[in-house]
Amino acid sequence: MSRSVNPILLAGLAAVAVLAAAPLIAQTKPAAKPAHPPAKIAPAAAPVAKLGLGREALPEEIKAWDIAVRPDGKGLPPGKGTVKQGDEIFQAQCASCHGEFGQGNNRWPVLAGGMGSLKSDRPEKTIGSFWPDLSTVFDYVRRAMPYGNAQSLSPDELYAVTAYLLYLNDIVKDEDFELSDKNFTSVKLPNAAAFYDDDRETTEKAFWGKEPCMTNCKPEVKITGRAVILDVTPDSKTAPKVD
Amino acid sequence: MTSPAKPDALSRRRFLGGAAIAGAGLAGAGSARAEAGKPDPLITEVQDWSRYLGEGVDKRPYGTPSRFEKHVMRRDVSWLTASPESSVNFTPLHELDGIITPSGLCFERHHGGIADIEPASHRLMIHGLVDKPLVFTMEDLKRMPRQNRIYFLECAANSGMEWRGAQLNGCQFTHGMVHNVMYTGVPLKLLLAEAGVKTNAKWLLLEGADSSGMNRSLPLEKALDDVLIAFAMNGEALRPEQGYPLRAVIPGWEGNLWVKWLRRIEVGDQPWQAREETSKYTDLLADGRSRRFTFFMDAKSVVTNPSPQAPLKQKGRNVLSGLAWSGRGTIKRVDVTLDGGKNWQHARIDGPVLDKSLTRFYVDFDWTGQDLLIQSRAMDSTGYVQPTKDELRKVRGTNSIYHNNGIQTWHVKANGETENVEIG
Repeated sequence: MSRSVNPILLAGLAAVAVLAAAPLIAQTKPAAKPAHPPAKIAPAAAPVAKLGLGREALPEEIKAWDIAVRPDGKGLPPGKGTVKQGDEIFQAQCASCHGEFGQGNNRWPVLAGGMGSLKSDRPEKTIGSFWPDLSTVFDYVRRAMPYGNAQSLSPDELYAVTAYLLYLNDIVKDEDFELSDKNFTSVKLPNAAAFYDDDRETTEKAFWGKEPCMTNCKPEVKITGRAVILDVTPDSKTAPKVD
Repeated sequence: MTSPAKPDALSRRRFLGGAAIAGAGLAGAGSARAEAGKPDPLITEVQDWSRYLGEGVDKRPYGTPSRFEKHVMRRDVSWLTASPESSVNFTPLHELDGIITPSGLCFERHHGGIADIEPASHRLMIHGLVDKPLVFTMEDLKRMPRQNRIYFLECAANSGMEWRGAQLNGCQFTHGMVHNVMYTGVPLKLLLAEAGVKTNAKWLLLEGADSSGMNRSLPLEKALDDVLIAFAMNGEALRPEQGYPLRAVIPGWEGNLWVKWLRRIEVGDQPWQAREETSKYTDLLADGRSRRFTFFMDAKSVVTNPSPQAPLKQKGRNVLSGLAWSGRGTIKRVDVTLDGGKNWQHARIDGPVLDKSLTRFYVDFDWTGQDLLIQSRAMDSTGYVQPTKDELRKVRGTNSIYHNNGIQTWHVKANGETENVEIG
């Protein structure tokens, strides 16, 4: 214990020093910049002293909570399931919202179809048409589905449902196809290559550094669209009175 | 409290006062309106609230707004989502002023309903590429050095319904997926230091304890910069719908990353490609490809008054008011036009101008009753100038859903009615 107390004391003293120094600088030179900027006394810049709070997580606890699955297969539990088995589970546990074939009832998510729609006016973003990684399906169903009864499917059931979703999206064609932790990472989704990291700072560079026009910027202005045409606003009100 | 009370004398005076008004009759009890040239009965007659005793101190052990403010509330757009547990509602920006959003009006976005967690039953685990995996209780976290910071939180889908054109009449609906509060929390870098991050670590997974197990990948660099693990907002415990008892605060970055009911932080060497960073919260562009990890919320502004839910009511002097913010820094300048962009003026910024915080601006103006086409344009400390919606569509198409920070236009008509429009 004595070894961990000292750093805390030191950190505390450093913090006091900063607190004391800051107002002093501000008061002596309120407006002008000091000729020599005061050296930064930032405890954050120094290695942070350990506080000794929290306790070690036990392996059983980590195992119970670590349910994430990555594209490289990290986190996949041992198990297997076929398209046929997945069909049964899906019809019992998923179809009431997502539809028998993943077509989506009412406003619930569509899970299949939409191939080739991403450039259209109404893109349909499904597992087959849009999602880049199969691990996302497993990870998401495992943690969040069935909606309202999350984390209730066994690993075998998760593999089976994932296999059925591949079948619904024509990514596997065989009803007897079995997905498992062994062959999982060999399955690739069609749209995987269509994602790239944020590049706004280069592709949208024109939005930076402009000096916008302030006067006589355009000769005329026309209204080209009105929200009222659609009339989808909740609690729309009539025109107000003006005094 | 400063002078000794005289209970007997006070209560007798109050009793007599009450009896007197009862005898005086009911004439003019609050309902009459002032007419031109005639004395205002609200002034010439003693009103109930001036005569009778009000409610005592213990009537509202936890205070709520006046009964006359019942219309000031979060609202949803029922056709947007399939179920209220995985849905969103909107901050009534047009009813607010200053920069701080009252906790009870901060928009909500849940993916599996509001988790109901007793603080004593909450745990935060940090594991993965660390020297020592750790479990923290809420009590542990409250023994660590904490910070207070004011930040905006904007959903990446804010204004997402407007990509194809003006759709919703009200800044609550077009821009209300943003709020701004003061958070109190522990810098994440302190928690990571406790566990000891290994040198090959690059990404974190943040995960919620709610029934959606909300999970997002976060670059370690951001975590070591300014991320807070917060337990309080606006000076009190987080509201349940904002992640009670513990949430992530990821300043300037899209709201979906700010995992609520935070229970687990895994340290890894690559992103997890969770559903919320692949299927959702990626920006589909016109060429069919998609940007991902579009974390920053670019500079944006909106005029909150007048707006469709807050029309102009008086000719003559009026106050135009609005909000500006940037996930990349501070707001440097806001320009406002009343004529659809022919001419602009600098808005008057009032109140604190803080890093990654809402900033309040005003234009005090005279309205003669002519049609107005009102826009605001924000500029931030990185030199970014808020683009028009058409400029955004030109580079992104209309399928992005997320990150619509285009300039909003309100059309004020001669009768004061205000409408969401687009102009060319």
